[in-house]
Amino acid sequence: MSLDLTLHTAPEVPLEADVLSPGPLGGLSALEAAKLVVVHGNRSAQLGEFFRVQGSGDGEIHVTGDLSRVKLIGAGMQEGRMVIHGPVGMHLGAGMTGGEILVEGDAGDWVGPEMTGGRIVVRGNVGHLPGSAVRGSAIGMRGGEIVVFGSAGNEVGNGMRRGLIAIGGDSGDFTGVNLLAGTIVVLGQLGQRTGAGMKRGSIISMHPAEVLPTFSYACTYQPVFLRLYFMHLRRLGLPISDAQLTGSYRRWSGDAIELNRGELLLLDSSQTPARA
Amino acid sequence: MQIQDTEIVDTFAEAFAMWAGRLVITAETAEWALAAAQSVTGFATSIIGCKCEAGIEMPLPPEQTPDGRPGISVLLFAMNAEGLGKRLVERVGQCIMTCPSTACYSGLAGEQQVPVGNQLRFFGDRYQISKLLDGRRLWRVPVMDGEFLVDDRFGIQPAVGGGNILILGSDQRATLKAAEAAAAAMRGTPGAILPFPGGVVRSGSKPKSRYKFLFASTNDSYCPTLRGVAPETAVPEAAGSVLEIVIDGLDVKAVETAMRRGMQAAAAAGALRISAGNYGGGLGQYQIRLHPLLAAAAA
Repeated sequence: MSLDLTLHTAPEVPLEADVLSPGPLGGLSALEAAKLVVVHGNRSAQLGEFFRVQGSGDGEIHVTGDLSRVKLIGAGMQEGRMVIHGPVGMHLGAGMTGGEILVEGDAGDWVGPEMTGGRIVVRGNVGHLPGSAVRGSAIGMRGGEIVVFGSAGNEVGNGMRRGLIAIGGDSGDFTGVNLLAGTIVVLGQLGQRTGAGMKRGSIISMHPAEVLPTFSYACTYQPVFLRLYFMHLRRLGLPISDAQLTGSYRRWSGDAIELNRGELLLLDSSQTPARA
Repeated sequence: MQIQDTEIVDTFAEAFAMWAGRLVITAETAEWALAAAQSVTGFATSIIGCKCEAGIEMPLPPEQTPDGRPGISVLLFAMNAEGLGKRLVERVGQCIMTCPSTACYSGLAGEQQVPVGNQLRFFGDRYQISKLLDGRRLWRVPVMDGEFLVDDRFGIQPAVGGGNILILGSDQRATLKAAEAAAAAMRGTPGAILPFPGGVVRSGSKPKSRYKFLFASTNDSYCPTLRGVAPETAVPEAAGSVLEIVIDGLDVKAVETAMRRGMQAAAAAGALRISAGNYGGGLGQYQIRLHPLLAAAAA
């Protein structure tokens, strides 16, 4: 049976609710779950002060309402599945290691910071810094997947070490800044200074982009590995076209101010094959 | 037992425990995938002299391959997991990585895994790139036509080698016709391959020799020319030629399915007699009896 939590009282200030996760909620009755402690601004409160809880925590977790002020949902999540019906606040899935979070709405800044596994799917837009390192930390996301159907803000995958971030729309400035490794796919437009300071890793876009002068053009080719990524993203519902799947990509190596082992792959629409 | 005019000898094929891996080869075209598959399965007829046995399992349409390109699946067998790992590295490196536009993926989840891309990546001379997608690690090795993409590790599993049928015919031409029909019927059996040329072997062997330096020699009891001189003969007077089809499979069921299809096709094509090779049951772990196989099909 699933556990359903519906917001009945919107928090006036940010509500830190890392208990909204399969771990803390696992096996609890609705009554027990309502007594879990959350932090509302600078005071402790009970989950039930904000959420109506129904069902029991031995299956999927559904959270419904305008959660844009609710932070840390799914933080540290290890397994299970959460579905969020509505917008959600910052630090969604922070440090999660497994399981899946589906957001039927927008998400705030810092989606999946320093996560090491699992999958976060956001049907709407996300804010800045998805999959990034927290300030003061050098290493961001170390595994797992963040799939965004809408657009993302700045610094997507800042310091990312491993994993996959896919953005269905546009991404802001400094996409893949300080990237250590991993893969970022942006189906829309990239902002400025993409891949600045990247050491390794791949940043892929379906549109021409401003390329930093510390990147050098290599060739235009059809990377086979991209097909696996695109077919995977198709299965997750992202609209990957046949032209993108089979197309030619301009490869830029960079960032030369660092290891110069990273790559920027930009779909070359002039060489896109006509065949499906 | 008879199928039409063909006598089915009441005997069994003696098969052995082996280890197997499945390679899924893709390429820009089906022709290049086939070229790689033919190369990687070359000189892999018998474990006796080739260190492994291999064959093409079946072509794969683009919708059944990991990268959506035309592909082909290949099965490779060796006597143990360690040896199989070595053969995979050698053959994927020399026969698939070298072939234009190809990529190579593991086609088995496998009880065990052996490093393949994990070894071949060094060819990239530190320019190789690792990718980890949905728990699967792949290596992108830079090559002159772009990149060679290969799975880091390949799944392997216990398997069965040495299933066989012996087709006896009135002369070489008639026997060849029956063997061709049998091989055609057996080819494409999921999980099974025929490692010999065209699926057929004429130099069947026995596991001993009168020469000290040889541990296998011609199967004299099935050589028509030795019918009058060999200590024992299994060749009836009416038979002038014998051909064997060897089957390796991922499990006994796959081998049995292929053997059944082969016997039925060979009988329909006019084989005089169908038998099977064994060593008295003292060597192999599996005994696949011919009569129950066909009786089950008829039931």
